[in-house]
Amino acid sequence: MTTLFTSDHEWLRIEGDVATIGITDYAQSQLGDVVFVELPKVGRSLKKAEAAAVVESVKAASDVYAPISGEVLEVNDAVAAEPALVNSDAAGKAWFFKLKISDKSELGGLMDEAAYKAHTA
Amino acid sequence: MLARDDLNPLKRTPLYDLHLLLGARMVPFAGYEMPVQYAAGVLKEHLHTRQKAGLFDVSHMGQLLLRANSDAPEDAALALERAVPQDILAVPKGRQRYAQFTSAEGGILDDLMVANFGDHLFLVVNASCKDADEAHLRNEISDVCTIEPLPNRALLALQGPRAESVLAKLCAGMPSMRFMDSGPREVAGFDCFVSRSGYTGEDGFEISVPAEQAERLAKKLLEDGDVLPIGLGARDSLRLEAGLCLYGHDIDTTTTPVEAALEWSVQKSRRAGGARVGGFLGAEKILDQFASGAPRRRVGLRPEGRAPVREGAALFAEGNSIEPIGTVTSGGFGPTLNAPAAMGYVPTALAANGTRVFAEVRGQRLPLTVAPTPFVPNTYKR
Repeated sequence: MTTLFTSDHEWLRIEGDVATIGITDYAQSQLGDVVFVELPKVGRSLKKAEAAAVVESVKAASDVYAPISGEVLEVNDAVAAEPALVNSDAAGKAWFFKLKISDKSELGGLMDEAAYKAHTA
Repeated sequence: MLARDDLNPLKRTPLYDLHLLLGARMVPFAGYEMPVQYAAGVLKEHLHTRQKAGLFDVSHMGQLLLRANSDAPEDAALALERAVPQDILAVPKGRQRYAQFTSAEGGILDDLMVANFGDHLFLVVNASCKDADEAHLRNEISDVCTIEPLPNRALLALQGPRAESVLAKLCAGMPSMRFMDSGPREVAGFDCFVSRSGYTGEDGFEISVPAEQAERLAKKLLEDGDVLPIGLGARDSLRLEAGLCLYGHDIDTTTTPVEAALEWSVQKSRRAGGARVGGFLGAEKILDQFASGAPRRRVGLRPEGRAPVREGAALFAEGNSIEPIGTVTSGGFGPTLNAPAAMGYVPTALAANGTRVFAEVRGQRLPLTVAPTPFVPNTYKR
């Protein structure tokens, strides 16, 4: 299992050809208290960089972009029901959706944890 | 940073250093570097203000004194009545009133508070309008009044159910004040102007204090365990729940006081049949709207789902209609409501409470219901 990161502050946990995607702890700390999460529909085909989900704090709405292309296999209804999970456990319970990876070569453009730490330092 | 640092540097309030000490995240707002939130975050700051007491730095706002050249205070009141549709003459000494500067076209140039301090009037105006307001007053009423801006005074707001008990420790006689009382008072030994008012829907106070004493006063207030510092983020969500207009968003030069549902703030004496009917800028348009109605109206809106509907979202009469009927002018999530809330303009025919309209958000039509404001009941001590 590998965890990768995007410069837009998403994380991807790669298991075989499935990627679980969420936003990073850094992202949640910048957003502040999350009050609403909108997730993509299961079965939707996402292209890399396409707006896939929305996360809203009291102050503002932010898009979550598909970090890679793929089909939505599963979404986390728990985070839609309890958006505050994003603040309390961004890297764990507050995953957003799972994608069936359509092009593994797209993973090459993503950062590992050390590179992401440097990116947010 | 950006080039604007050289061309147009952001101003700082007398509490700037204290904000940094308190861990504020600073943002540019109306030409100032202001705290948008502190370590607690917008949600906790909002809820704390409704449960205990919050301290806001609103020193960016404009403070002005108006003094009649004749020394007769009623001359200043009558002169100001040329610029606002409110009855200023009837404001008793020690009281304040909400008002709007109107344009010749009937739009709103700014909204403000006007207090009667006996031999002069004390005005508090919006930060983003204060220079224009001062120029406007000089144009309109400097034949009768001296206009004295007070850039060397800070302004603090202490809001929430514990505001009274907190301030009572520093200000003798303060608990006898009621909502919209205003006047000079000593707070912690400093020469302040205190009004029982605010922008949260809660009981509370606004305290004008000399700039050089502002930090000491703020620290004294923050020493109280009931008080947390509150940033502009929570200030906005609190005023939205209270149904209060934000200038430049819910009201501006294109909206009249009637369209903005602010008729309650225009006293009968300035309307048709009143003792001093009209005589203010834009009276023709505004009085015509009082008589015949306005084509559109500002209303409260409650989204039916959980998704916030924010400023700028187009409103539609139906889920599939093509032409928008209006726009959301403020919107977000109300932490006390635990639900989204918004306001915006709709045609008067669709302004009745309970009317269903739709907002376009990310390509989807979300249903909202026209709802009374305030969304959260206010707790003013009348």
